[in-house]
Amino acid sequence: MIYDVAVAGGGVIGAMTARELMRYRLKVCILEKENDVACGASKANSGIIHAGFDPEPGTLKAKLNVSGVPLLYKAVEELNVPYRNNGSVVAAFGAQEECTLTELYERGIKNGVKNMKIIDGNEARNIEPALSPEITKALLVPGAGIICPYALTIAAAGNAMDNGAELLRNFEICGIKKEEVFTVTASDGRTIQARYIVNCAGGYADRLAEMAGDMGFEIIPRAGEYMLLDKKEGKTVSHTIFQVPTANGKGVLVTPTADGNLLLGPTASQVKTPESTETTDAGLKTVASLARKSVPEINTRAVITSFTGVRASEKGGDFIIRRSEKVPGLVHAAAIDSPGLSSCAAIAVYVTELLRESGLETPENPDFDGTREDTHAFAKMSDEQKDKFIKRNPAYGRVICRCEGISEGEIVDALRRNPPALDIDGVKRRTRSGMGRCQGGFCTPYVMKLIAEENGTDETKVTKKGGKSYMLTGRL
Amino acid sequence: MLEYDIAVIGGGPAGMAAAAAAYDSGVKNICIIDREEKTGGILKQCIHSGFGLHKLGKELTGPEYAEVYTEKINKRGIKVYSETMVTDVSPDKTVTARSTGGILKIKAKAVILAMGCRERSRGALNTAGTRPAGIYSAGTAQKLMNCDGFSVGKRAVILGSGDIGLIMARRMSLEGAKVEAVCEIMPYSGGLTRNIVQCLEDFGIPLFLSTTVAEIHGSERLEGVTVAKVDENRNIIDSTRRFIPCDTLLLSVGLIPENELTENAGVLMDRITGGALVDENRQTQREGIFACGNVLHVHDLVDYVSDEAEIAGRAAAEYVKGKLESGGTVKVRAGNGVRYVLPQRINRNSSEKVYLFLRVSKPFGKVRYTVSSGGRVLSVAVRPKAVPGEMEKLPLEIKNLGSDDDEITVSLEETE
Repeated sequence: MIYDVAVAGGGVIGAMTARELMRYRLKVCILEKENDVACGASKANSGIIHAGFDPEPGTLKAKLNVSGVPLLYKAVEELNVPYRNNGSVVAAFGAQEECTLTELYERGIKNGVKNMKIIDGNEARNIEPALSPEITKALLVPGAGIICPYALTIAAAGNAMDNGAELLRNFEICGIKKEEVFTVTASDGRTIQARYIVNCAGGYADRLAEMAGDMGFEIIPRAGEYMLLDKKEGKTVSHTIFQVPTANGKGVLVTPTADGNLLLGPTASQVKTPESTETTDAGLKTVASLARKSVPEINTRAVITSFTGVRASEKGGDFIIRRSEKVPGLVHAAAIDSPGLSSCAAIAVYVTELLRESGLETPENPDFDGTREDTHAFAKMSDEQKDKFIKRNPAYGRVICRCEGISEGEIVDALRRNPPALDIDGVKRRTRSGMGRCQGGFCTPYVMKLIAEENGTDETKVTKKGGKSYMLTGRL
Repeated sequence: MLEYDIAVIGGGPAGMAAAAAAYDSGVKNICIIDREEKTGGILKQCIHSGFGLHKLGKELTGPEYAEVYTEKINKRGIKVYSETMVTDVSPDKTVTARSTGGILKIKAKAVILAMGCRERSRGALNTAGTRPAGIYSAGTAQKLMNCDGFSVGKRAVILGSGDIGLIMARRMSLEGAKVEAVCEIMPYSGGLTRNIVQCLEDFGIPLFLSTTVAEIHGSERLEGVTVAKVDENRNIIDSTRRFIPCDTLLLSVGLIPENELTENAGVLMDRITGGALVDENRQTQREGIFACGNVLHVHDLVDYVSDEAEIAGRAAAEYVKGKLESGGTVKVRAGNGVRYVLPQRINRNSSEKVYLFLRVSKPFGKVRYTVSSGGRVLSVAVRPKAVPGEMEKLPLEIKNLGSDDDEITVSLEETE
């Protein structure tokens, strides 16, 4: 079989692009090198829907961010992904930063951002009482929001699959040959053929381009470290609090997450490879102290986990979304760092347009259904509804994750629904089991058992995240 | 809506002892709500011995100790809702729970909170490095080994010298794993002396004090840890960093009382213990809501958990009968060298002798404890040593309290 389009990379851009392509009668596959989608930068970023005041006017970033936000809000409604339009506040400390704030405001106007307002420090503290008394002015941006980025990626990939796309996991591309069609080879020897390739390979996009014979750009991996705090701290602020970018860096944000935790970060440091996702003492100390600059009373002792995401940047600073000049049929969607998440729905549409320009025929698919069942529907029910539901589906009454209140029924759903979770981290990202304050202390043995049962295997074969990440070393 | 005189949340050692004691005090309409299939709580995975020496006068394993109390509640016909997870306790003592049967609502006259504690995780330590498989809290590893029969690793480093960490060092050694080191960030161990001797020294496992895990390595399964000495402010001393290859890191870095339900019920909390503020009856400031066991403060011996639970159970029964009087209270304060004292307040009209339970802030040699009020010494007790890992118990005669005393202080002096 020859696919019409092979989407290389199962991050948010690849997943949203695959979903967009399913609106048409096309054979599409997603090639993902890991055991699950959303394993790179898409699982480890700020989860912010930026309003669009930051990018330079005229850039792809500016255009796709501002046009992408309404498309994204529509997609998340259809896909039932947790999000909140909480608005953001950019905090300025002193006269010099106030000047930058005005520049941001003006840039926002040029980019077409609506309803922004510059307020003084006291007004800012009226809106957000936890803000530092040192804040002199702030830019209030009502259009900004927060979203769970891996939930979006999983939902978009799942919806693409529900509409006929295929997901090939552990498919680490090691060769791309173009004859009449592309032949793509994985490191384990599998091959697929496709007429078009979309390069959504994140941190590996330059290497993929090179494999296809198009050495046009270089990805610079930049690590950002984060701290995630207990839900008890989730109401410390309600807006996303940014700092004014200065010569010393972009500052860190303090934000509630779509799931109700508090997130602090990120740092920004160039690293050697996209795999450099380790946290560092220095990085975490920087996150804590810079977050305290905006919100002095932050309780960093309530940290429940810390993590690093590696962003795929490029020296030009803009997204690289274009048809390859050298390799017909190859479309790049590369260097998607911030505001990539905010732009992802617009990027998917733009990439589809570029494929069309390259000759892809896109007959409408009348069977396309862009909606996805709410994976957290049970959690949102009232006690009476839950009672009725459990009486028909008893597995929803058996609580496996105590901290987040996740039942066996919800975990089994995650093991079956597209794209099925295959490992502990996959279950965690789909259900939140293990994502609470005990970080899997109680639920892990039970989740291992459910994964083994569902896959007709043994707990000793269960991994944390595919490969050789075995949870156990045998039986006693 | 079901109705009970007393609803006990949790079927571990605290919940079972509290329910049995309440029953024996004459209140028969009691239920225990437990999230597990079988009562006994964490005792079920503690297959080592050493339980019951104080309370039962014999040395039992964890499951055996649990069995003693399971029999007590069965003999009394106390209703147990098993595999039932309480999701809410309201201030008016309505309990909401979830089980495979549906949503359960119970209206109780009194509620006894006995949910136990959880382990502090790697995330809470904010340890630098990667996030591979092979990092477990010691209790999770204990369950996987002792209840499920799995091997969690072949070569381990254990961070934290709390009792579970020490017990697991021995347990892994007995199963043929190599335990490379137990690292403790403090200059002293947090575990019982008998466990250091029996679990580490007898197996030749080194204990490194003032040492922590500075970094975690490995992309899929754990490949090793960097350990390092810390200074007196617990900052890592870079020149002492060294790599230890291992496939498993067990964490025994503290237990946290599980009080999310307690806080939602509007009960006032003690920041030091992580549990509710209680009087000598283990009653919280919300009348009719009691707490006992590790959800109240972390104990080192289950025997003391049972004792405390019996106090709470008897008092809850008296409350249901309308006989639990509370007059004015006297505050109890931790003084020099003492980290906390429980109960945090005592009813002035309490007729009996009250025991004060406390933990010291650091290890001491021979010490003299003084219980005083406004400069007046109420009682004195001398002990050969004091360590934070071992809870201390001091008697206090209520009749010694003066009518104008409103605060008692417990402090210690090192005498040698």
